[in-house]
Amino acid sequence: MSVLSIRGLAKRYGATQALADFDLDVAGGSRVAIVGPSGSGKTTLLRLIAGFESPDAGEIKLDGQTLATAEAGVPAHRRNVGLVMQEGALFPHLSILDNIRFGITDRADGEAEALKLMDLVELDRAMANRSPHQLSGGQQQRVALARALARKPRLMLLDEPFSALDTELREQLRRATADILSRANVATILVTHDRDEAMGFADQLVVLRNGRLAQAGVPRALYLAPADEGVASFLGAAIVLDAEVSDGHAATMLGNLPLAAAHQAPGRARVLVRPEQLQLAHAGEGGAWRLVSALCVGPTAHVTVAGPAETTISFDTTTVGLPEPGRPVVLSVSGPAHRFA
Amino acid sequence: MTIAATIIATQMPPAPLVRHRRQAAHPALVAAALLVAAVALIPAGFVIWVLIQSGWDTASAMIFRPRVGEIFLATVLLQALAVPLSVLLAVVLAWLTERSDLPFRGLWRWLAVAPLAIPAFVMAYAWDSTLPMLRGLWPAVGISVLAYFPLVYLPVIAQLRRLDPAAEDVAATLGHSPARVFVTVVLPQLRLAILGGGLLIAMHLLAEYGLFVLIRYDTLTVAIVNQFQAVYDGPAANLMGIVLVACAAGLLALEAWLRGDRRYARVGSGAARVAPLARLGKSAPLWMVLPILVSLLAVGLPLATLTRWLWIGGTAALHLDQLLPALGQSAFYAVLGALFVTLAALPIAWLSARAPGPLQRALENVHLHVGALPGVIVALALVAISIRVALPLYQTVATMLIAYVLLFLPRAVVSIRASIAQVPLELQQAATALGRSPFRAALGTTLRLAFPGIAAGMSLVAMGIVTELTATLMLSPIGTETLATQFWSRTGEFDHMGAAPFAIAMVVLSIPLCIILHRQATHTR
Repeated sequence: MSVLSIRGLAKRYGATQALADFDLDVAGGSRVAIVGPSGSGKTTLLRLIAGFESPDAGEIKLDGQTLATAEAGVPAHRRNVGLVMQEGALFPHLSILDNIRFGITDRADGEAEALKLMDLVELDRAMANRSPHQLSGGQQQRVALARALARKPRLMLLDEPFSALDTELREQLRRATADILSRANVATILVTHDRDEAMGFADQLVVLRNGRLAQAGVPRALYLAPADEGVASFLGAAIVLDAEVSDGHAATMLGNLPLAAAHQAPGRARVLVRPEQLQLAHAGEGGAWRLVSALCVGPTAHVTVAGPAETTISFDTTTVGLPEPGRPVVLSVSGPAHRFA
Repeated sequence: MTIAATIIATQMPPAPLVRHRRQAAHPALVAAALLVAAVALIPAGFVIWVLIQSGWDTASAMIFRPRVGEIFLATVLLQALAVPLSVLLAVVLAWLTERSDLPFRGLWRWLAVAPLAIPAFVMAYAWDSTLPMLRGLWPAVGISVLAYFPLVYLPVIAQLRRLDPAAEDVAATLGHSPARVFVTVVLPQLRLAILGGGLLIAMHLLAEYGLFVLIRYDTLTVAIVNQFQAVYDGPAANLMGIVLVACAAGLLALEAWLRGDRRYARVGSGAARVAPLARLGKSAPLWMVLPILVSLLAVGLPLATLTRWLWIGGTAALHLDQLLPALGQSAFYAVLGALFVTLAALPIAWLSARAPGPLQRALENVHLHVGALPGVIVALALVAISIRVALPLYQTVATMLIAYVLLFLPRAVVSIRASIAQVPLELQQAATALGRSPFRAALGTTLRLAFPGIAAGMSLVAMGIVTELTATLMLSPIGTETLATQFWSRTGEFDHMGAAPFAIAMVVLSIPLCIILHRQATHTR
């Protein structure tokens, strides 16, 4: 059953259509990542759900109750929607403990509740009386998460909460957050411009583009079978080839590639191959491709190969057994290609 | 993990829907800002009313008189000499204390801000009672420079500290000598600070009364107040007020023209590095003469004089029976005035920081424009309006407080707006998302965190009120004896000993002003 249901949502700022005709369903306890380049409307969507903006059209429902329509809405402070922002937005004048119990209305056991939450987000209870500025960025985000969870929210919104952290910590905190939220069983929406973060966090991925839904689904399905070339290249490095389809195979310059059963109608087509499907091997003098350059960065190499009719392809591959630049090579593809509709 | 599943989403009763407000600005705040703006327009309205009321013939006959021309020229001459000299002194001192290896720079920096604790009329009293032969233009220029140069010094050192030293390093690698780097790279970037501070000095000189009375130098403001004291609410004073407003407008236009459209934005975040100090070497003792001399003249002599009069007068001249009530009255006006000014400034400061828009900008400009009107004009306007429209208000505490609100509104708006804008909006939104109503969220986060800044602004206003002389003399109800009025009536009777305790009280009360301003200039965020 879906907790959050959005239908036909639209928002315009002056001449810019920030969000248009947007639908979304979020199942109870699930994690949805909304991903898109900056200006794609993802922050607008979050602010509409939180109640800081009002929609021009459409409807937002939470647990079957209407939160907002074009005419009216539940004020932000009555929505009981949790929010964790980019840099935590901890109250600098309050201690960690007071930050966490800020939203707890029942004062009596507020402190005990807040301390339990500190355990949940794996913060040492000894930090309770510290000030926010004495904590590291990652710890601050844990406090922000605990503070939002203290209200037992019906829905949690995460607005790029890991982007201010350095890479290693970011991944660690992302896993911890996903873990904490699934233990708390709160439906969550994460907004981010980082595709790896989105795919690593969510069970459902929503790609936004120019204020519209480009594609939604399970992360792996979206990666392997994107709706169009834009989604394909947004979610990862993509090699897109012209092809002639017949007998369930696509004839491309990389050879005859198998296609999924649903995409076998004969005719001209464009197909996607991910770089990790490519293998590079030494060839005799007869090889159709030639290794033009190879830039080695530790375990991987960024290679450029030139083929028939002056075509070049660049991709990342393993450095193990890499031929010398200038030598003829053979390119082979493992697994099926994806055909764009 | 045993703590799992401690959190279960609560089923709350459905919250009612509320109609969306399309404007970000709350109507009640806009209404409050409109009300304050209407009050702020009183002096300007008065000027226009005087112009219309008197008609061209009367106005031209009153304004184009040789005596008015003489005073006008005296005012212009003073400005033309005192403002550039103050700028020159301030920039040289700023360079010495910020960018050279002059010994005891911290001490000289404090001493360069210290003159602000001594009201200009107290400084003039100190000089006048020590050297009574000081009369006319040059003494007036000298004391003006000593009293007001910190108004340029402060923004210049603040700007010097903000500059990215990388630009100077690059200029050096491009073959410029340190002196040329200062002139070609640093000085242009100080332009806005210099012009802003210079304008502030010019406006202060235009509005100054006490200093020039004591040095016997007749400026427009002196002439207007004298005229006003001879004939209350007379056309002559009002029409000279028009000339004064024209001068203020001229100064604003001149500053805008000099400022031009160029802005010097820093490209990139730059290095968080301290600029290297110029080595003065053998010439250091020579350079040291300047700060020593300035400190002696601007701080040393006034303080020595005040102490001397206090010493000669002994305890009898302390007049504790008058000093304490005067302190009380000054504190009463200062605290109440600062409170009212803050309340009046809050709506527009909030709107322009949190919900900017064309209406808010226009309203803000209406709030700020009063700052360009000298205190005499505000006083003349309030006298005229209370006599004609609201007689019960004539010579009351209320009128006095309205005058202080008008005089100090601009600086309160500027400091409160900056304090509010500094608090991230996200905090207020986080509080809202945690269930606080918008009002409580604003109160508990933004206003709570902006409070130190607002309080600093309030104390600046309070100190300004304690040392305000011109409007206080013109508007104070009969029987009002503040520090400033008591001091003034004693200097009028050449009672140097009797005036000293009141002067010292005002200086002591103004010391926090120096501390706040020094901190604001040196702690660049």
